[in-house]
Amino acid sequence: MAKRVAIVGTGQTFHKSHRPDVNGQEIINEAVQRALADADLKIKDIDAIVIGNMDHFEGINYVDCWSVDGSGGVMKPVIKITTGGTTGASLAIGGNHMVGSGMFEKVLVIGWEKNSESDTTGAITTAFDPIWDRQVFAGAISGLAAEAQGYMARYGASDRDGARVSVRDRKHAMNNPHAQLRKEVTLEEVLASPMLADPIHLLDVCPRTDGACAVIMASEDVAEKICPKPDWIWKTAARHSYAYLGDADYGRLVSMERCAKEIFQKVGIKEPRKEIDVIEMYQPYSFAGLIWIEDMGIVGPGEAPGYIWDGNTDMGGELPVNPSGGVISCNPIGATGLIRCAEAAMQVMGKAEGRQVPDVNFAVSTGFGGCWWTDMLLHGKKKPN
Amino acid sequence: MADKDQLIIESGEAAQPFKYAVGMPGSKFFAETRDNKRLMGEKCPKCGRVYVPPRGICGKCYVKMDEWVEVGPLGVIGTFTILRFAFIDPETGHQKPVPYGYGFIKLDGADTLYQHYINIEDESKIKIGARVEPVWAENRKGTTRDIEYFRVID
Ligand SMILES: [Zn+2]
Repeated sequence: MAKRVAIVGTGQTFHKSHRPDVNGQEIINEAVQRALADADLKIKDIDAIVIGNMDHFEGINYVDCWSVDGSGGVMKPVIKITTGGTTGASLAIGGNHMVGSGMFEKVLVIGWEKNSESDTTGAITTAFDPIWDRQVFAGAISGLAAEAQGYMARYGASDRDGARVSVRDRKHAMNNPHAQLRKEVTLEEVLASPMLADPIHLLDVCPRTDGACAVIMASEDVAEKICPKPDWIWKTAARHSYAYLGDADYGRLVSMERCAKEIFQKVGIKEPRKEIDVIEMYQPYSFAGLIWIEDMGIVGPGEAPGYIWDGNTDMGGELPVNPSGGVISCNPIGATGLIRCAEAAMQVMGKAEGRQVPDVNFAVSTGFGGCWWTDMLLHGKKKPN
Repeated sequence: MADKDQLIIESGEAAQPFKYAVGMPGSKFFAETRDNKRLMGEKCPKCGRVYVPPRGICGKCYVKMDEWVEVGPLGVIGTFTILRFAFIDPETGHQKPVPYGYGFIKLDGADTLYQHYINIEDESKIKIGARVEPVWAENRKGTTRDIEYFRVID
């Protein structure tokens, strides 16, 4: 019997570049304890656990078993989901399916990563085809740089437009005590920072982070008893777009467009720019803040730079993007997509404190990863029909 | 041991040997680069798209492909970047030499982009749409390294 699903509690670590004071299980446990406290539940109340990270980062392949001291999964059904960069968002979608199936009433969803424990770029490269993709590939930044070049050539955007997005997200991070990078940057500082892969400067791109996030999902039978104003998950979608890296359309994120079309059409959202109140986007570098809101249908092709320069996506603007400071301010990869989900849920629940957007009815969170893959969730204040 | 010591175990000098099978379409592609300095793609009988790298199935049409067509060897830069930051190459376990040009080459006659190095001696020439040619390796072993790199020719 299908059930409607709501998020009733969230918890995060205070994310840092390096947490040598805790091992993997311990950092997971910090997030779990906070989520349980937020929902006022005990671990015995949890019926199943969904956990994930990008497992080749730490080189621990049985994370579902290995993590139980931290997750609380002893004698519970535990399943691991690991889908590269999208892991956190895929975890949220997986948790939604488990509760929605009617088989589990309360599910604990956990995403985590200790990026300090290995070489991020080397590990990411192993996610790509060994014969055709690895020779020149250089981790996430190389593909993203090629996307930015494609977009700039097509629409005449500049590196200043990208830098404006970094300035926004780093400013927003000042309101989020959980973000790793909490220091504002200026346009000039972004443009003067070292060039990593043209046109991406150091300050255009996400950091490496140690952190964990946990989200508790509950079925409609108990959600409002646990949390009077839960965050209802209205719709989810996932799309990928290629077999080899050279198959993609560099300058457009087709998977984002398809997720957005599917969700908005099914829910009846005709003008996403007006009907959505806040977006927490898995935006690993600044130029994605331009390209991908066009693909999401917020503005038309080539219109994002103007929309962003006018302050529309800043706090207080028409449609704030990444009130948390986003991925540019904090990126524990396996947790990152779930942090977007948790932050969107906090916005709907009115629990986002210093980064709260007023009167959120609908929020969107996304995940992004490897094969130009998008996961998307629509969160809402009202119970879905 | 002091209470505050935070111990870390490191990998040291570690190696990970590999032996990857290339598969049938890839084996034919690399036999052609090795023996004939030719670049080949597979053409979909339904939509007509030409795929490089070759693969057995057109993902758009879900049909089998068995028609081979020659592509390139000339092409244009579809998109690119210049890698400037140092990182560990998981293929070798050592730092990748930087900077290097990373090209997504649109080979003449192909509908997908082929990834390879671009020579960046003159960075001002590296632009989307610039015409390029492959520089073939002397000793070709049937890998992507049968081409050393692409270079801009105009
Ligand atoms: Zn076809």
